[in-house]
Amino acid sequence: MTASAHRDVAVVGFAQRQMREFDGSPNCIELLVPLLQELWEQTGWTKEDIGFWCSGSSDYLAGRSFSFVTAIDALGAVPPISESHVEMDGAWALYEAWIKIQTGEADTALVYGFGKSSASTLRRTLALQLDPYTLTPLWPDTVSIAGLQARLGIDQGLWSEKEMAEVAARSRTSAASNEYAIRRGETTADDVLAQELFADPLRRWDCAPVTDGAAAIVIAATDALPSADKVSRPAVISGIAHSVDSPSLGLRDLTRAPSAERAGAAAGGASGVADVTVAELHAPFSHQELILRRELGLGGPEDGVQINPSGGALGGNPMFSAGLIRIGEAARRIWSGEADKVLAHATSGAALQQNLVCVMEASKDKTL
Amino acid sequence: MTPPSTAVLHQPLTLEFDYTRSLGPVLSQYMSGLAAKQVLGAVLSDGRVAVPPPEYDPVTHEQISRMRPVSDEGVVVTWSWVAEPLPDQPLDHPFAFALVLLDGADVPLLHAVDAGSPDAIRTGMRVRARWADERVGSVRDLASFEPAADTAPGPVPTGETSGAEGITMTSTPVRLAYDYAASPEESAFGRGLKEGRILAQACPVCHKVYVPPRGACPVDGVPTKDPIELPDTGIVTTFCIVNVPFLGQRITPPYVSAYVLLDGSDIAFLHLILGVDASEVRMGMRVKAVWRPEGERSYSMETISHFEPTGEPDAEYETYRRHL
Repeated sequence: MTASAHRDVAVVGFAQRQMREFDGSPNCIELLVPLLQELWEQTGWTKEDIGFWCSGSSDYLAGRSFSFVTAIDALGAVPPISESHVEMDGAWALYEAWIKIQTGEADTALVYGFGKSSASTLRRTLALQLDPYTLTPLWPDTVSIAGLQARLGIDQGLWSEKEMAEVAARSRTSAASNEYAIRRGETTADDVLAQELFADPLRRWDCAPVTDGAAAIVIAATDALPSADKVSRPAVISGIAHSVDSPSLGLRDLTRAPSAERAGAAAGGASGVADVTVAELHAPFSHQELILRRELGLGGPEDGVQINPSGGALGGNPMFSAGLIRIGEAARRIWSGEADKVLAHATSGAALQQNLVCVMEASKDKTL
Repeated sequence: MTPPSTAVLHQPLTLEFDYTRSLGPVLSQYMSGLAAKQVLGAVLSDGRVAVPPPEYDPVTHEQISRMRPVSDEGVVVTWSWVAEPLPDQPLDHPFAFALVLLDGADVPLLHAVDAGSPDAIRTGMRVRARWADERVGSVRDLASFEPAADTAPGPVPTGETSGAEGITMTSTPVRLAYDYAASPEESAFGRGLKEGRILAQACPVCHKVYVPPRGACPVDGVPTKDPIELPDTGIVTTFCIVNVPFLGQRITPPYVSAYVLLDGSDIAFLHLILGVDASEVRMGMRVKAVWRPEGERSYSMETISHFEPTGEPDAEYETYRRHL
């Protein structure tokens, strides 16, 4: 898909919840209702202002069928709404909504993702996203697959356990100032390395915590912002793209994520990511941030690029909304004036198999 | 600490389903090979041999047309330690998941290595297949790998395969265990049932009364926080007569499944109508709940055994037309 939009679309509202264990139904209606109310307050809109709705969730997480249909109760879907769903992170729901706005069928959209990861053994349940003939019958869990990937890079000298620990420590430290993060606190790389191995070569803090939660975002075409819009500095999507690599783990070079590189190149467009100053990367394992930074051509703090100021997925990784949260966290930096150009990334599948990149910029049009 | 009376209800839930899938020509050969203790790799367009075989070439996207036997021994390319194996993983004691490059293959295979301890496995270590005693044409026919440090690489099988496609189906049992929680509204409803009460909730905006209560009014999208106790009487709005026997059926057909609209509520729910000949049930019929005896009551809707006619005059169609 082309990265240059014909129609400018901006992120104008964002709300989230993250928690270790959500003590409620896996439909997460109770979580979604207050999120939507927050969005109405942020935007000054009502549900009648929304032209398209799209969600990301999975029945495998909920343990029941059609959980996303039940969740629609939270929206107030009468009179009938235009609605869709992806069995992927909400970031892909945002992509679908962006396409919908490009087609002109809608001017505004509300996208959301939700999931109760704690209802089952998450790393085992996720084996169901693998090839059902040759992989799922072995029940390879998410953590083990990430461990295979981490060791490949360590053995090849592409990164070290110390560099992984530095990512984990920086993430925990940044997450300390994120009220939504569930794993946080001032941490040094030595603190991380002092941990026992959890899934050799991974330590517990190298792995994102099992997290329940939900997030919701409002996007709108900049040529159709209702007058009630209260966001003075919308985050305009200058490029958004996603790509996928082979489902065969063996056929992939697991030390790389070519689909992230492709998505980044497409979303970055002609100007690339050189002037991005904040990047929110959806890396559920510490070494995956190192892979992503290389694939996306992103510098680090030493180059004036803030990586995961929210603490990233290592601070909290609610399934089906953690990628969407990256988009919201990055957009927030534009609203606040902290940044003029930001990059958000979301991943899906095993070991960074599928990747989405969304680049956002402060609008140059002062009349917005 | 949340007082127990308002905490949500939890219940263990186990979902089990066997995925039985037909195999295309490529995987059929692969699985047939495994059943015969032979590992087959796909010959890709760039000449590499891939195990397990993809069905289509990753570069040309053409269907794989050539398969070649490879060894059941190889080298560990990377590994991660599983200290606490999860249910249904290849081994029930600590082991390593590894990518194993079989002799004669160019693409590594993911499988389990029974190394004993993380000190006894390393990248580059030689391993050999341990075959299942009973082989059915599944990736589990190759039970696991074991260290083979003392062996030199054996000869790589040569020649093409027979192309046998004896095995055309594979079955993967799936068992998922959940801690299933009810919503706060469903929990209040469940507790009410146990006390012989029907607790509904009303939307603060449109004042519609929902039973069972929902997390939000589906019309207005706002929480339905106001509890309302409803009587256990109502009417049949619409119904069907079940004549078809099915697995797990607990009542002998014919019997009636109906939407029951309780007096004072705005949404009907599905329940049974018994105590009357199926042919007598009609739209608008007045009914009343028949509760299970106190000792048999639970948080479940089954606490109401069924509904039966009260004998009162039927409701006028106009009174429930909007609830159909």
